[in-house]
Amino acid sequence: METPEQIRDRLLARFPDATVTVVANPGPAAQHSLLVDPARAVEIATFLRDDPALRLDFCSNVTGLDWPEREVVETIRKTVPLSPATGAADASPASPAVESATPIVEEKVKRLQPGYLEVVYHLYSMALKHGPVILRLRTGNRTDQVSLPSLTPVWRSCEFQEREVFDLFGVAFRGHPDLRRILMWDEFRDHPMRKDYAEPDDYEWEPTPHETVLAKARAHYSSPAPDAPAAQSP
Amino acid sequence: MMPEPPLSRDPAPVARTPGGALAPDLPPAGPHLRQVPDSFHGDLLEVSMGPHHPSTHGVFRMVVTLDGETIVKLKPVFGYLHRNHEKLGENTTYLASMPYTDRLDYLNSMTNNWAYALAVEKLAGLTVPERAEYLRIILAELSRLLNHTCLAGFLLHDCGTSGTPLMYAFRERERILDLFESLSGSRMMCNFQRFGGCRTDASPEWLEAARRLVDGYGRFLDEFEALITGNEIVMARLQGSGILRPDLATSAGVTGPMLRASGVNYDLRRVDGYGLYPRCDFRIPLGNHGDTYDRYMIRVLEMRESIKILRQALRDIPAGPVLDPKTKLRGFRPKPGEAYGRIEGPKGEIGFYLVSDGSPNPYRYRVRPPSFINLTILEDLCLGHTVADAVIILGSVDIVLGEVDR
Repeated sequence: METPEQIRDRLLARFPDATVTVVANPGPAAQHSLLVDPARAVEIATFLRDDPALRLDFCSNVTGLDWPEREVVETIRKTVPLSPATGAADASPASPAVESATPIVEEKVKRLQPGYLEVVYHLYSMALKHGPVILRLRTGNRTDQVSLPSLTPVWRSCEFQEREVFDLFGVAFRGHPDLRRILMWDEFRDHPMRKDYAEPDDYEWEPTPHETVLAKARAHYSSPAPDAPAAQSP
Repeated sequence: MMPEPPLSRDPAPVARTPGGALAPDLPPAGPHLRQVPDSFHGDLLEVSMGPHHPSTHGVFRMVVTLDGETIVKLKPVFGYLHRNHEKLGENTTYLASMPYTDRLDYLNSMTNNWAYALAVEKLAGLTVPERAEYLRIILAELSRLLNHTCLAGFLLHDCGTSGTPLMYAFRERERILDLFESLSGSRMMCNFQRFGGCRTDASPEWLEAARRLVDGYGRFLDEFEALITGNEIVMARLQGSGILRPDLATSAGVTGPMLRASGVNYDLRRVDGYGLYPRCDFRIPLGNHGDTYDRYMIRVLEMRESIKILRQALRDIPAGPVLDPKTKLRGFRPKPGEAYGRIEGPKGEIGFYLVSDGSPNPYRYRVRPPSFINLTILEDLCLGHTVADAVIILGSVDIVLGEVDR
């Protein structure tokens, strides 16, 4: 089967205005994936499905990933250019002594990496028996730009799995035929698989020796719980 | 004096012949007959089957819209057993999720364990000793025998056989569970596989007991098939119902025996060749029609192939360790990266997608549940059939709600 780089090149040749990049997987599995422009995702998916060399007719696994906003500390090594007074004329680049003389400043830069939601599709071919080709789609952010095109028109197996991603992660799929919650109940408000999901405060007192549970009880009951020992209430 | 006949809403009722065809030339029904309305076609009836319905194999609901007795719409409703397994997996260590995978498809904890162990081995780049690979094949194929036997029993139970085939099936299942119990300490929640091998070694006595069971299993299948396979009622009931076209099966991601009953040759034991399956000699049975009967028959044929694989594995299993002693089980921290590992479970492709950020807990822990995805086409299979057929079609899909809802 073609490598992700070859598939990317063919996709770029076919869709010149789309952005397709290879996301490298540093682990030993080395299952690299293709990050695809959501605007052209349906066309790209259809191409992958119908291309005679790939024929990825089987979308095995659809899942979400939540990447919250986080602060990245990057160490940047900067070489301070030598002033003409010290004279760069006699500096030969091969000499290590001169290289160490060049002042290198390490600078720590804090950068706020914006959060996003990601949907991952694992594609295989039942006809040609190869795979996986991994597609990734990313939303703009985690709050108001959470819409992505649905690939259910391309692969029917996305139907329930995209509903699940919608339910648990809150990605709204455009063009999905029946986008409802699937595992949680319809009245539920939050998306439990998000990393910042907070459990609702629906604690009920029961005798327990676990400190974490007792802390919850103290937070929950403003007055002592009916059967709670007095020592454990605030 | 006859009671007054109820008034029909229809001003000019039309009599019906016994066959149901309209016969406008017949005289109208007399005062002693209840007048039949012209048609029921305008009235659709919405029935909620489940979540507590004996045919749904657990807490599963089908919202069925009926025209007469014909299904015109069917929406499956899940989530009654949802406990957010994937979030729990993110909040525990890699090893602590292993016993929890038993609870997904609680009939086949051995294959769930294997799929998870395989995904972690891909993620961390671990190798498995040869004896453990053979042991895994033995346990997975025993698990397949167990699952397919139960499925055949449950399917016939859904047809209304009042328990006899189910009890036959459960008698055999119990023998396999005895083997699992003597090896792992638990009948169903085995928690047996580890990253890079198996938890305990099988004694020679255990292997001998497994050989005896495998040798006797063919006889049980012969007996079971003599009762069921050629049975006229079973054939009339199962053949031609719930036909799944191969193109729809492929597109909908249907895997496992359901897919092969539709004639698509896709078995991960052959395609991926994970474990030591490339060394085993077995055939992949395929169906011609894709109906419920084919789905039953495929499972019976797969059991015969499993017996062949088991004979080879029990013959060839070498001596040696089942787990590399240097494997780090506690404090296990795979390098950042991600991996998707999948195996051919008895119900279809069970896969685990793991993302590691270098911490002791997975950043993302995703289960690809075969019976959840196989349910995608339930409505397509049931449209145009009666409710009684929907029950057996659902039975032939082979779901376990612990895995559907997670």
